[in-house]
Amino acid sequence: MIPQAVLNEWYPVAMIALVGPRPGRQTQLLGSDIAVFLEDGQIVVQGAKGQRLAVTLRYGHVWACPGTPAHDLFPIPEADQPGRRLVDCGVVRVKCSPLRAVENFLDIAHFPFVHTDVLGAEPHTEVGRYEVQIREDSDEVWATKVHFYQPQAAKSAAGGIVTEYMYRVAAPTAAVLYKTCPNQPDAWDVIGIFVQPLTEEFCEVWPWMALFDDTTPQADLIQFQQMIFLQDRSILENQIPRLLPLDPGKEIPTQADLTSIAYRRWLKRKGLTYGAQMVAA
Amino acid sequence: MKLYDYVLSASCYKVRLLAALMGVKLELEAVDFHPGQAHKSAAFRAINPAGTLPVLVDGDLVLSESTAMLVYLAQASGKIWLGDATPASAAKVQNWLAFSARLGASLGMARLHDMLLYPGDIEAFRRTGVECLRELESHLTEARFAGRIFLVGDSPTIADIACFPNVALAPDGGVSLDDYPSIRLWSRAVRALPRFIEMPGIHRLHELKPTPEAVPPLESL
Repeated sequence: MIPQAVLNEWYPVAMIALVGPRPGRQTQLLGSDIAVFLEDGQIVVQGAKGQRLAVTLRYGHVWACPGTPAHDLFPIPEADQPGRRLVDCGVVRVKCSPLRAVENFLDIAHFPFVHTDVLGAEPHTEVGRYEVQIREDSDEVWATKVHFYQPQAAKSAAGGIVTEYMYRVAAPTAAVLYKTCPNQPDAWDVIGIFVQPLTEEFCEVWPWMALFDDTTPQADLIQFQQMIFLQDRSILENQIPRLLPLDPGKEIPTQADLTSIAYRRWLKRKGLTYGAQMVAA
Repeated sequence: MKLYDYVLSASCYKVRLLAALMGVKLELEAVDFHPGQAHKSAAFRAINPAGTLPVLVDGDLVLSESTAMLVYLAQASGKIWLGDATPASAAKVQNWLAFSARLGASLGMARLHDMLLYPGDIEAFRRTGVECLRELESHLTEARFAGRIFLVGDSPTIADIACFPNVALAPDGGVSLDDYPSIRLWSRAVRALPRFIEMPGIHRLHELKPTPEAVPPLESL
């Protein structure tokens, strides 16, 4: 039985630009079959029993709510900021819990080992202290003042820089990061990871970006992001236990895991347990 | 020399890898294969009517088969990668280049299915992939008994480079390499080659770095 709180959230189910007429994109959401297609110029998300799901079109993607939406889809004000390039990066399927895909996105400590010489490099492996809070007004998890040395922080970065990050969990399976923009030091590059929970142990991931970068060809921007995410994929598929543990068990978190701890606490408090393991491992 | 490239393509990686190992500089042009399907566009088909990646362009020469690119790079810049010049050795290399196409059609397709949602019979892809792995394991085990590590002769050739990517990426398509110790050793030997480059899903050999300094005893911390 899927908790009502889970059903009442928004989930990405397709890239707007790729939605075609029936049968359209036949996929799954929370273990149920759905179809995403165009009908009379409108994008429709249809459940297995023919019912129509609530739909929001935003950030290049189709978002659906299988229950009754508890709130509007989270805002990303930067998406409407003039001068930003919005880049849809396509979908990648991963055999892991949707929550683990989000948690990995929030983690910095793995950069030197998984994204070697790109987002991190030995011996610069230390994650300095940063701040984490669950913001009551927006009901989101935020990590701020995260600093990390990166050999090639972005496609547009010419050499190594210390990058500052902010991380934000905006929905149970969607997170957004803000990072130093190599082209425009007073602005942030914005990268989202939108995770579609197919089942508790299977997901499809839609990276999305809103960047200040007028020069890099679109294909290079997309491939940079896909390279990063595909480096994560083989790690994610090997994480054990497959479900994300929400209760303290065998895992011993460190200082660098503050964001993950807050994310897990937030999920537990809100009852967003789809893809989570509730019994101590 | 220009390579029309996609970072997640095993075939594109074959060419990038051999060029890196030989110290040949390639100009890379990223093609939006996924999600843009730019390789199917009219503009791209004007370069390669087959609408496939990679494509290697060197002056008037346009190649659209990755194994042909390996042959070209090796003939032009490093004949040692072709194996010794005996008829048998040259033919064995060709045999493995053809075998690499079977790897692409089985393990490669399983990976594209599982990762980028390509349609197809995943069980058939995996089954034929495992058949290929068993053949490869058998050959590499015989080679080990004879004191060799690579596919043909005593040194790495384009045969290894052609077969390595889709084998090393097999877990991306849900096919484990745990059962193939000779393949794992061979993979390690390829990854240990000087100037080796990785791609997403193929990790470099962190474990071959110098041993880190000894960890101080707990009581001294």
